[in-house]
Amino acid sequence: MAVTAKSLPQARPHAKGHEDPREQLMFDPKPRGEMNAMVLESMHTATWKFWTLAGVLTVLVLTCFVYAWYYLIVQGLGVAGVNRPVFWGIFLVNTVFWIGISHAGTFISAILRVLKVEARRPFTRAAELMTTFGLVQAGASIFMHMGRVWLAYWLFPYPNERGLWPDFHSPLMWDFLAINTYLLCSTMYLFLPLIPDLAMVRDQSKGPLKIFYRVLSLGFRGTENEWKNLQTAMNIFAFAIIPVMFSVHTIVSWDFAMATRPGWSSTVFGPYFVIGALHSGMAAVAIVLFMIRSTMKNMKYFLRPEHFDFLGKLMLMVSMAWAYFYFNDYLVPWYGGDKWEKLFAEFIEKGPLWYLWYIMLICNIAVPWLTLWNKNWRRTPWLLAIIGFFINVGMWLERYVIIPEGLTINRMPFTWRIYIPAVEIYLTIGTLSLFFLLYLLASRVIPLIPVWEVQEGQKAHMLRKVGKAEIPTLSEME
Amino acid sequence: MSTDLSVPVFTNQSEEELGGKWGMVIDQDLCTGCQACVAACSMENNIPFVGETDAAYGRSIQWIRIERFWQGSFPEVKMTPYQPMMCQQCHNAPCEPVCPVFASVHSASEDINLQVYNRCVGTRYCANNCPYQVRVFNWRDYADARVRPELVTLQNQLNPDVTVRRRGVMEKCTFCIQRIRHTEDVAKSEGREIRDGEVVPACAQACPADAIIFGRIDDPNSRVSQAGLASRGYHQLEELNLLPRVTYLKGESNNGSNG
Repeated sequence: MAVTAKSLPQARPHAKGHEDPREQLMFDPKPRGEMNAMVLESMHTATWKFWTLAGVLTVLVLTCFVYAWYYLIVQGLGVAGVNRPVFWGIFLVNTVFWIGISHAGTFISAILRVLKVEARRPFTRAAELMTTFGLVQAGASIFMHMGRVWLAYWLFPYPNERGLWPDFHSPLMWDFLAINTYLLCSTMYLFLPLIPDLAMVRDQSKGPLKIFYRVLSLGFRGTENEWKNLQTAMNIFAFAIIPVMFSVHTIVSWDFAMATRPGWSSTVFGPYFVIGALHSGMAAVAIVLFMIRSTMKNMKYFLRPEHFDFLGKLMLMVSMAWAYFYFNDYLVPWYGGDKWEKLFAEFIEKGPLWYLWYIMLICNIAVPWLTLWNKNWRRTPWLLAIIGFFINVGMWLERYVIIPEGLTINRMPFTWRIYIPAVEIYLTIGTLSLFFLLYLLASRVIPLIPVWEVQEGQKAHMLRKVGKAEIPTLSEME
Repeated sequence: MSTDLSVPVFTNQSEEELGGKWGMVIDQDLCTGCQACVAACSMENNIPFVGETDAAYGRSIQWIRIERFWQGSFPEVKMTPYQPMMCQQCHNAPCEPVCPVFASVHSASEDINLQVYNRCVGTRYCANNCPYQVRVFNWRDYADARVRPELVTLQNQLNPDVTVRRRGVMEKCTFCIQRIRHTEDVAKSEGREIRDGEVVPACAQACPADAIIFGRIDDPNSRVSQAGLASRGYHQLEELNLLPRVTYLKGESNNGSNG
């Protein structure tokens, strides 16, 4: 690999408190073998706590996801709380929420890769896994909400003897296609950078596991040509998946924005939903990284306070952008003066569920703005995880305010009715448990840290002796 | 061989938009709120009883409902006239384009919105997008006697011309399409046009005050067209430009005397 050395921006030593731009580069490389062994150890060692947690989650998934869904299908949607006029309840809230969570993965691994942000290296995999597993929950939630889920395949444009096609006018159809595209793209994009790591695991394992990893790693041997092809493929995917990511949540927002409902039909919904997705997604990455760091072995070397610091800054920035869009979403209806829009705004602020709106604003704006400015707090992983938890609660409530509350107020006051969730609550717990269970199981099968990426980063940035001084340098390896 | 290049021009008005075929006029001054139309509609269209629990939760299935609003308490009650509300059979129906599987479709021959029960997968988007909130969903198997044994004898009164809906599908007023079709068939076999007033939907038939008039609105001399011309006539939520086929004749507000 050709390494052209060029000097990195130096921190001014006299500027006190000024951040060192090099701090996320991990300037304490370990030998390759040792680092590989560290990651393998984290994969193969699990304490009793891990298996207890996995057991609890399995029970939760079996009861709250499998059984509750079975019950819902057998009994019909009557066991859920949805009713006229709130035809879409927590199911759709969960769908939008999980798609939002899934956005952070692509943002971190694709956009930050394209922009060559070095701080992304150790946690691209963890974030990308969230994308795939989050989309699984989103898809499940959408299917749960369907009245006749066993006919869900009718949404596929498949040739049939009736000559019927799905209606491509329908925003739900766009949604269906967009989510499927995103799931396929993000799964492939998860897999590509995984190949070298799988090859690494293959080389270190024995027996039937070795066969398993041999198949998964597609015979990757690490030749120069293979690396080159892999880099090309990853580049293509990274650039291709960015518009997909932006379009997915825009299209999800169109499910609402295209409808003739007060509080929904708004042109700002596209970008507003994308920012909302990043808001909850970044926060979820913080939670997941904290969990990985505190439960798995050797992770403190890879996931450092500097990385949490970087994530905290992103969270603060996204929170501010979100606040701007939220304000905008109010400004335009206020300026338009439509009576139903006004009524909707009044309902969410002063109606019987007014507290949800205030909790949402506190969680989404007050909490990050009051805490994330502090460098020391940003660098405390558990604190960042708690802030992330609050942001996620806030973003979930934001979707709750938009969907069930937005449906409560319609142009026929005769039908107004407050929505009381029933079996949806169990299914929400079920999707959450399934997400974490999948994550736990994946941490046993694939390395959660992209070792080769970390090693590449460390190779590319090294301290070179120039005379007596050690100068950090950056190579043009990517 | 030459290709026909006379491509049609898109205009913002279609021919149908001006006419329509079947329409209804509801006189709110005549409506007494007796709910006979609701009962007749249920009988005609095999609308199931949902049971106490679900009815209390507001899941009663009604294709037509009588809305009323009032203000104040007993002696000083201000009341709006009764407002029967059913599917307005919009020409620009918001429920149609949102269905991903074409279950909510427009009948070109009748200019009526139809719901294809067998195609419905239950996404409920149409109901969300209906500004009149007249679509109702089968939350459970309300009509299945295997699930609800109390229905075994009640099944004998089902109308054979109307599909019995199962769980997970959306349904709504059809302007009693089975009666329209039956009359059309009779008229065709007798080699004549349908006479005005020959098609009577269940609600209009049951209305003791004759507040509901049904007929061809493309015939300017029909009773429904004439009634719709009254200066009291208006459409619900006119500002949305959905071109509904139901015209309401505005009623006087009651201020406690006969509310």
